[in-house]
Amino acid sequence: MRLSSKATTLLILAAVIAIAPVFFPSSYYFRVGSLIFVNGLAVTGLVILIGYAGQISLGHAGFAGIGAYACALAPVHLGLHPALAAVLGAALSAAIAFLVGRPILRLKGYYLAVASLGFGILVSMVLSNEAQLTGGPDGMAVPELGLRAVLKAIGIDLSNTEFWYAFSGLVLVIGAWLALNLYHSPTGRALRALHGSEVAARTVGVDVAHYKLVAFVLSAVYASVSGSLLALQNKFITPDVAGFMHSIEMVTMAVLGGAGSMLGAILGAAILTTLPQVLTVFQEYEQLMLGLVMMLVMIFMREGLLPSIARRIRGRAE
Amino acid sequence: MKFSLTTTALAGTLALVLGFAAPALADIKIGATLSETGPASFLGDPEAKTLKMLVEEINAAGGVNGEKIDLIVYDDGGDPNKARTFATRLVEDDEVVAVIGGTTTGTSMAIIPVFEDAEIPFISLAGAIEIIDPVRPFTFKTPHTDRMACAKIFEDMKKAGISKIGLISGSDGFGASMRKQCLEIIGEYGIEVLADETYGPTDADMTPQLTNIKGKDGVQAVLNPGFGQGPAIVTRNYAQLTVGLPLYQSHGVASDGFIELAGAEAAEGVRLPGTALLVAGLLPESDPQRAVVVAYKDAYEKATGKPVSTFGGYAHDALRILVDAITRAGSTEPSAIRDAIEGTSGLVGTTGTVTMTAEDHLGLDLSAFRMLQIEKGGWKIVE
Repeated sequence: MRLSSKATTLLILAAVIAIAPVFFPSSYYFRVGSLIFVNGLAVTGLVILIGYAGQISLGHAGFAGIGAYACALAPVHLGLHPALAAVLGAALSAAIAFLVGRPILRLKGYYLAVASLGFGILVSMVLSNEAQLTGGPDGMAVPELGLRAVLKAIGIDLSNTEFWYAFSGLVLVIGAWLALNLYHSPTGRALRALHGSEVAARTVGVDVAHYKLVAFVLSAVYASVSGSLLALQNKFITPDVAGFMHSIEMVTMAVLGGAGSMLGAILGAAILTTLPQVLTVFQEYEQLMLGLVMMLVMIFMREGLLPSIARRIRGRAE
Repeated sequence: MKFSLTTTALAGTLALVLGFAAPALADIKIGATLSETGPASFLGDPEAKTLKMLVEEINAAGGVNGEKIDLIVYDDGGDPNKARTFATRLVEDDEVVAVIGGTTTGTSMAIIPVFEDAEIPFISLAGAIEIIDPVRPFTFKTPHTDRMACAKIFEDMKKAGISKIGLISGSDGFGASMRKQCLEIIGEYGIEVLADETYGPTDADMTPQLTNIKGKDGVQAVLNPGFGQGPAIVTRNYAQLTVGLPLYQSHGVASDGFIELAGAEAAEGVRLPGTALLVAGLLPESDPQRAVVVAYKDAYEKATGKPVSTFGGYAHDALRILVDAITRAGSTEPSAIRDAIEGTSGLVGTTGTVTMTAEDHLGLDLSAFRMLQIEKGGWKIVE
């Protein structure tokens, strides 16, 4: 029996997440792993936006910021459980993405990139300047999720880093599963159609503006949830999470690995998350490297790392 | 085909990470995560240089209790999330016995839980009072707090018989935090704020705010909590408007750069609290800090060719406290080091004389600050 590509992708992802800990010499690697999954989740959202619909956003860190600060603020001011706060953050991100995207996505060209860029910078400015609410650039504490204590009570005792590895890994698999389902749905086909040619898509009756908006809103929710996971894991958050460089990092991860391929994009997230840990001496040149990687991939591997290499190997095998 | 390729690629990434895990052997391992690059690099860079210089010095002199120090420094670029990952790495992978760092308040607050969970002593180099208040068992810090700077300024005002002041503060993180700290304790000194103005961190002219303050009846002095270029512009505008009242600046601009930026003429007579390090050459022979700050200043300037900064001094003090604690503990057990740090008594550093207790993980009193006055483009100690 041949497995569908969807099942293969999910199986590979789940297997890697489950087996990798066997090779971890210390629990520091669980921390790096969970960061990869958190970034991978945001990048999965970008696969929907960039890979499926062919749109680009330079302000997704803004949504991550909303998700993160929702987890910090809602429990304090509204008395919500942190998990509900994350849901609230996702709803808020979706609403804002809808309001920002609705007028913009009627236009052709790079307007979404510019508008989202402005939106992202706006969010990080508000977070830095409204110091009495957000703690300003010094950041603020985030309450404990409490799930680890529940697991401990039923006999599953995990260390903090182990728990976040497992939990964010699980959320990533769920996120990837939803995104892959979308790919094979009528909405997914409409998105791919407008990616190929907006004119052709419109001719066959696809409401182009509507479907672009759907992709934008969905990807904003993914970014928001990834921000919430980061905040809950670190139990402390600063406006850096919404910074411009974080937006660029996300897009670079997606494009590096291959925005059209789920595993490729997650691989991109894995590479760019581990790279600063491996090359600690090159910290000064990190932004330079990001730009260089992006340019090289765009010039020599336009589909991204994984799809390009896969094609090359397949070509040689034939 | 696709399956094996993906697995290979992921395994490759993993191998890359694992290959980096080979731990070094023996010695006393001390970790640091500092913001050597990024927006806080003017703080983190002298801190990292100071630590490296001092560790070399200590090792050349035979180390601590006969063991060499192995210093592991990571550059977090001022990003709290990266700092958190490096902190986890220092504790879990490098297995250090103590950590210095957290250049900014943001990075320090983000990594405190890591050390408290792992029970590894941590000495922060950031300013905010939240780091040590409430006291956490394994967290310490070396820089004095904004509140202490406020207290020093108010003491000086009280001595001069000033009881009604105008406040003009920057709305950036530093200015806003110091304004808050000052207002919290101002009542204890019987001083009243008649005007409370603010300016944005990138404003180029503060004449309107200063005119407001000048127009208020009864104002006897003006205080400007701020950081960066703002206070220099305030000082220039203040001279242009000939306000004619004493002007107090904060420790945030206690550097020669401030006098250059404001101009010696406009800055004439400005008072501010600064550390002994800034006026190392002016300290009297009898000053207990003189030997320490002069030695550090000379060594740093010789090693790096750059002028010494207060921020490097924070790292200097942190390492001295740590080495002193390890020597007294006679052990490299993190909990023993923690107890010894808490027992630090009368240790002379660049920021002051440090005496810690279970309730005080900073250990500095107001003598840590010197009240300085700018005269003819230079500093004068006025106490």
